[in-house]
Amino acid sequence: MFAYYLQLGMRSLRRNPALTTLMVMAIGFGVAASMITYSVFRAVSGNPIPDKSGQLFTPQVDAWGPQQNLKGEPAEALGYVDAMALMRTLHAKRQTLLYMVQMSVMPDGERDLPLNANGYAVGGDFFPMFEVPFQYGAAWSRQDDQSRAAVVVISAELNQKLFGGADSVGRSVDFGGHDYRIVGVTRPWNPRPRFFDLFSTQGFEEPSDFYMPFNRALDLQMRTGGRNSCRGKLDFTTWDGWLQSNCVWVTPWVELDSAADVASYRRFLESYAADQQKAGRFDWAPNVRLRNVTEWLDYEHVVPPESRMSLLVSLGFFLICLINTVGLLLAKFLRRSGEIGVRRALGATRREIYTQYLIEAAAVGLAGGLVGLLLTAAGVSGVGLLFPPKIAQLAELDFSLVGLTLLVAVVATLLAAFYPAWRAARVQPAWQLKSN
Amino acid sequence: MSLHVKPILVALRRHKAGTLLIALQIALTLAIVCNALFIIHQRLSSMAEVSGVDEANVFVIRNQWAVIDRTTQQVDAQVRADLLALRQLPGVQDASAATGYPLQGGGWDNYVMMTPDQVEPTTDSAVYVGDEHFIGTLGLRLVAGRNFRPDEVGVMGTQEAVAPPVTVVSKALADRLFPGGDALGKNIYAMSAKPSTIIGIVDPLHRQGTSSWNKAYAGQSLIWPARPDDARGVFYIVRAKPGQLADAMREAPKALYAQSRMRIIDAKDGIQDYAEVRRRAYDSDRGTAILMGIICTALLAITAAGIVGLTSFWVGQRRRQIGIRRALGATRHDILGYFLTENFLIGVAGALVGVVLAVAMNLWMITHAEMERMPTVYVLAGVIVLLLLGQGATFAPALRASRVPPVEATRPV
Repeated sequence: MFAYYLQLGMRSLRRNPALTTLMVMAIGFGVAASMITYSVFRAVSGNPIPDKSGQLFTPQVDAWGPQQNLKGEPAEALGYVDAMALMRTLHAKRQTLLYMVQMSVMPDGERDLPLNANGYAVGGDFFPMFEVPFQYGAAWSRQDDQSRAAVVVISAELNQKLFGGADSVGRSVDFGGHDYRIVGVTRPWNPRPRFFDLFSTQGFEEPSDFYMPFNRALDLQMRTGGRNSCRGKLDFTTWDGWLQSNCVWVTPWVELDSAADVASYRRFLESYAADQQKAGRFDWAPNVRLRNVTEWLDYEHVVPPESRMSLLVSLGFFLICLINTVGLLLAKFLRRSGEIGVRRALGATRREIYTQYLIEAAAVGLAGGLVGLLLTAAGVSGVGLLFPPKIAQLAELDFSLVGLTLLVAVVATLLAAFYPAWRAARVQPAWQLKSN
Repeated sequence: MSLHVKPILVALRRHKAGTLLIALQIALTLAIVCNALFIIHQRLSSMAEVSGVDEANVFVIRNQWAVIDRTTQQVDAQVRADLLALRQLPGVQDASAATGYPLQGGGWDNYVMMTPDQVEPTTDSAVYVGDEHFIGTLGLRLVAGRNFRPDEVGVMGTQEAVAPPVTVVSKALADRLFPGGDALGKNIYAMSAKPSTIIGIVDPLHRQGTSSWNKAYAGQSLIWPARPDDARGVFYIVRAKPGQLADAMREAPKALYAQSRMRIIDAKDGIQDYAEVRRRAYDSDRGTAILMGIICTALLAITAAGIVGLTSFWVGQRRRQIGIRRALGATRHDILGYFLTENFLIGVAGALVGVVLAVAMNLWMITHAEMERMPTVYVLAGVIVLLLLGQGATFAPALRASRVPPVEATRPV
């Protein structure tokens, strides 16, 4: 029976090629626009570390005060003084400070020009905290942090450029005129959005090339390669002047496993800020925050407004295409009232008519889905025209998107067909037979 | 027309579903089209912002130093030598070292205060640090006062941010701080206890940033006279002689590498002319405008096609009635008018709902997507476009209806 209905449906679709094409194209365009913008939205709004996003927290302390802070919110990073004070004692299972650094790999062997390398100054806990995967070697230890060791972890990409991808653990590399011993090589790793540094990035960047110990970077007086945000008067001219200023540039992260740990860390933050108030460094009440990854992504507005806007407009577009389809199906089905009348008179039940027309609609939906798939594929590869490169490269046509495109097209068309099919099934056979 | 309205309304009551579908489609299309048009207009106007730069002839080199711990003196000697080499190139008119450039996409900005002990800032300004060649190299228009003298140009080491005693500001900043138009010679405090005296005003000078955050401070920039000798790196801004941009862009890195190879100029985007700078600065604006344009066009086409489809169906259904009316004396013109009026009535109903939806959608975007309030003219334009579209789409089927011969009335029932 299904095959017969499908055959009937195909014949009917062929009878009005213009109307059929119009419906198929409308569904195709609608579903493609939604899928293209959804593929971008999905990428930018994803959870970059799903199994730990509830355990990783970034503490914030207001060192600027009510007159200069961000409309009541503390700065999005810490200054040197507060950062060091928070990390002095281990109040969390794991904790790290980090800031972006830019360096160059000095010429070596056949390479006669220095090579640009972007990375982070981090604590040894950074790697287990953020589940950085290693290809060779491992993270450095807390002892290395303490002894301010000249060690480095490099990325798979940099390892490829410098050592042709070989195991380079134990070898030495010259960054900006200083030698570092390689202790680890990561696998390709670039969580997007880059939740751990939303202060200096928008969340979507090329992968980092290296990670070096935070303390070592301080010893070398390495300025941040990222953002530096200050308040009041900038009268410093030296490294120490900058460290003691209210400029914020360090992002802290702590790992807290249980609700009790979170509450305890929050109390610690409060009491730290209260101590600063007592000591006269802050002349305002404690104003601290402790946001986990999800809350932080949300607070930092990681999803670009363009992406949100495009998705909304595309969904609206799809909705209009569907309403259009309802209208056209209604016209198409009711135009065949005579035929329905005959079939009903010959014994077809309403249910059979209903099923027949739904199957016809599903065929339209499937055709629309295939057109939509082609358009989505074209759109995803041309998405670079519509979104900035860093965002556009995130959109990809994977298996789930292909499935979703077809599914959405068929389901949406079926939904659109319920009413027209119901109207068709209610056609009164007597009237139709009479009028013919 | 008033004579026609009542029978049309009665007839429409018998086609509730079709009427509702067309009205709904018009309403939603209206909501999306006028919001999309507003977005397109906004993006295009931001892409048309003037930089103040002689964009046809200027290019920028992002120069990163390889050795990180050099003294300010060492870096300064290198920067001076580099600038000399660049200025000596045959295709080069002038060159300057700077901390940033207009439309860079983000960069240094400072709060500006009117008095030394003011805490709450008066406004915000982009900060450019450059030597006495900066204004000439970018090709900025000096509308009042003078350029820096060589003896006023200091040296600014790594992460120093001490305001120099003199500054040149953009007219937008001057007007914001001194609405009376008497900014020249006045003192400002750009996050400093020491004053900077305004000695010159340029107009315009775009900020480095182009994001929506910058819109509140549009065009507000200031220039500090110093050679930026940051140990991390520097931007060289170069102005080519007219017609020699390509030559100068090819020769400049060679000249720099001849001075020293301990530098990084990215092969991919280390050297950019202003066409490229502008393209990068506005790529998300351009993309959004294109997407909205495509969606608008497709949407109008689909809505029009939908109206054609449903109206054709109605015409087919009513052939007999049309025949009867024609037999009773209605002219072709009357039939044409009937369908056009019918569509107009549906269109007006849809547009009324659409206006509400359009405003609601705009409000959602204000809270969720950093949009501004949409001016009424967009809604009005949308209403007119959709009513015209409806009339246009109805015309062909209505014309076919008007050609139904009176003899249809006599066909057997």
